[in-house]
Amino acid sequence: MNTAAALPILIPLVLMIIMIINRSDTLARWTGVAGSLLLLACSVYLFATVRHSGILTLQAGGWRAPFGITLVIDLFSGLMLMAGSVILVAVSVFSVRFIREDCCNNRFYVFFFSLAMGLNGSFITGDLFNLFVWFEVLLLSSFVLITYGSTPQQLKGGVKYLALNLLGSLFFLAGTGLFYGETGTLNMARLAELLREGEYSASLNVSAILIFVAFGIKGAVFPFHFWLPASYHTPNITITSLFAGLLSKVGVYAMIRVFTLLFMHDQVFWQHLFLVVAGLTMVIGGMAATAQYETRRVLSYHIISQIGYMVMGLGIYTPLGIAGALFFMIHNMLAKTAAFMVAGLIRRVKGSYELMEIGGLYRERPLLAVLFIVPAFALAGVPPLSGFFAKFILIKAGLEDGHYWITAMAVFTAMLTLFSMIKIWNEAFLKKTPGNHPGINPPVRLNWIDLFPPAFLGSLSILMGLFAGPVFRFALEAARVLTNVSPYIESVIYGLSP
Amino acid sequence: MEVILAILVGILFTAGVYLLLRRSIVKFIIGFIFISNATNLLVFMASGLLAGAPAFIRDEGGEKIIMADPVPQALVLTAIVIGLGITAFTLALKYRFFQVTGTDDLDQLKRTDQ
Amino acid sequence: MNSVILQIAEKYIRWLLLFFALTALLRGHHFPGGGFIAGLLAGLAVVFRSLAYSEEKVFRDFPVRPVTLLSAGLIMILLSFLPAWLTNRPFMTGVWVKPVLPLAGELKLGTPLVFDTGIFLSVTGVILLFLFSLKIPEKWK
Repeated sequence: MNTAAALPILIPLVLMIIMIINRSDTLARWTGVAGSLLLLACSVYLFATVRHSGILTLQAGGWRAPFGITLVIDLFSGLMLMAGSVILVAVSVFSVRFIREDCCNNRFYVFFFSLAMGLNGSFITGDLFNLFVWFEVLLLSSFVLITYGSTPQQLKGGVKYLALNLLGSLFFLAGTGLFYGETGTLNMARLAELLREGEYSASLNVSAILIFVAFGIKGAVFPFHFWLPASYHTPNITITSLFAGLLSKVGVYAMIRVFTLLFMHDQVFWQHLFLVVAGLTMVIGGMAATAQYETRRVLSYHIISQIGYMVMGLGIYTPLGIAGALFFMIHNMLAKTAAFMVAGLIRRVKGSYELMEIGGLYRERPLLAVLFIVPAFALAGVPPLSGFFAKFILIKAGLEDGHYWITAMAVFTAMLTLFSMIKIWNEAFLKKTPGNHPGINPPVRLNWIDLFPPAFLGSLSILMGLFAGPVFRFALEAARVLTNVSPYIESVIYGLSP
Repeated sequence: MEVILAILVGILFTAGVYLLLRRSIVKFIIGFIFISNATNLLVFMASGLLAGAPAFIRDEGGEKIIMADPVPQALVLTAIVIGLGITAFTLALKYRFFQVTGTDDLDQLKRTDQ
Repeated sequence: MNSVILQIAEKYIRWLLLFFALTALLRGHHFPGGGFIAGLLAGLAVVFRSLAYSEEKVFRDFPVRPVTLLSAGLIMILLSFLPAWLTNRPFMTGVWVKPVLPLAGELKLGTPLVFDTGIFLSVTGVILLFLFSLKIPEKWK
């Protein structure tokens, strides 16, 4: 029993209440930063505890596992908690100056922290239905954030985002309900135990497919990805970078969690499905990005293409493949958020997101160029940055297990990514400023608060590349826990530490 | 009883999907409410129905009592609460959308993605 | 709407609804009922009043801001976690005290009641927020 396991949910809740009561904008901003730092400290502490003493469980109200509400933190959740809090810290610093463009400042932080609560909740829950509830918390706050400025563009994007994601939630709920009807419990550990013991009828596949579609919609996997490019370029850039780092990754997290723990009774079918879907997601996202000429849209399509890599890791389904997926998720959260932040800074300096209208930044703002090149090359997979090792692990796993097609596609998509990153680089940084778009006069000064978050994330990405060994070891340990589920089951249901 | 409810769920899903595919946002919201209620009924039915059996019982001292499964009821209650919040949000969004764009037509949305 | 019949009826139905809400809140832990239902009923009382008169009048006369209700409810929910935490029991365990009153017999009081009251307040606040922000968005800000 460890009450500390509830802290990732309780801290955002307390901060949310503070933000509802508080009226002062300045206080809200700095409380936001301080709160995110607190959350980061807490998740680092939890990760250290999990690594030191095994899986951490909390049975709410002392009700034993299959009956009560369970919170479970294993290495995978711990890693995700840490990566998520790093993004939250960076975005909270970034929002100090950027959110001012829109109205009602401290309302932003209410939803910022309710988003954090939903995020952490879905990372640490040990119960399928609670996963649904936390998803809804996350989703509702993201609905509010995406339509935050109420411009026509945002409302239009918001309606599309809302429509598909609401359907996804209902699919999830229906799948969960049918699953309960079939098995009589929703505790994930108990379900894993049941599903490994006995034969289950074909109706289990119905709920498996429903849940797969639901997570596919959340994660923007290929046939369900349309909402993402339609809505991500509309809100304030702070909100876009928050979403880019966190939202779709929660879908992938849930997919990895559920499909390693529960639905492995028909492994061949699922593996094939995941690999096909992953390949299509990668290539289609990457190709669509090459046709775009707006920084945020290029980056949005890249989110889709990179979700494909994570699903590929799950589809390979060896410890190495899953470790690759985890490594890729963490790398992608850092690099993607940083890339979006730099896009916001470019807009601030040049007044536009359209690549056709900007240029000459390399000469004018060399620092910004450095800040862009780090996440861009990390995304494209240039050594020694984090993206290189992420792709390397995945490709190695694919080759070892004999999935040559998907590996070839992964390499091909890496080329596509490099192509679009070079496109942004050429158009925004190298090319001369187009004569008819002189930009903003007088020139905007960027101060350290603007530059710090992308620099912070970029340097983390470099560190992750330089110290790829230790990070990979964590990921591999987490993946071993995922592929060999008996310690998870034992520590949740029987309260044993492995 | 289950057959009737199953048919009802089917009808609600059909009507909901039909409404979701219409162009008006109001119809979209009504369609969403239909589908959400159909899903709630589905979850409620998933563990079987016992007509008249209570989910909460007193301890009657060793007697065997037929008892309905409380878990789906709890799940449905939670789902209804979430549905309430989402419906309120979609209505507010619709209101705002109409104020800003002056239209109820989803076909006007085409331009945010190409 | 300005109907005298509705306004007279509202006077009585309001108390009926509030009483019903209180009953649902208090019996909630072991019987059907609970904070959410009670909150909806209390919210309904206000909605009904706004039907009989107008949203502006209800909003003007209402003693507290809905956001205050909401945050008070959330704080109560947080407070209900404290006793279990301080007495080193598992997270969210119900802690009960059972004082014996002279005439009424044993009275069961516990953190679930605090929790439920918190839910009640926040649900009422949310219903009022829905009502005011959808019906009178310009006055409400």
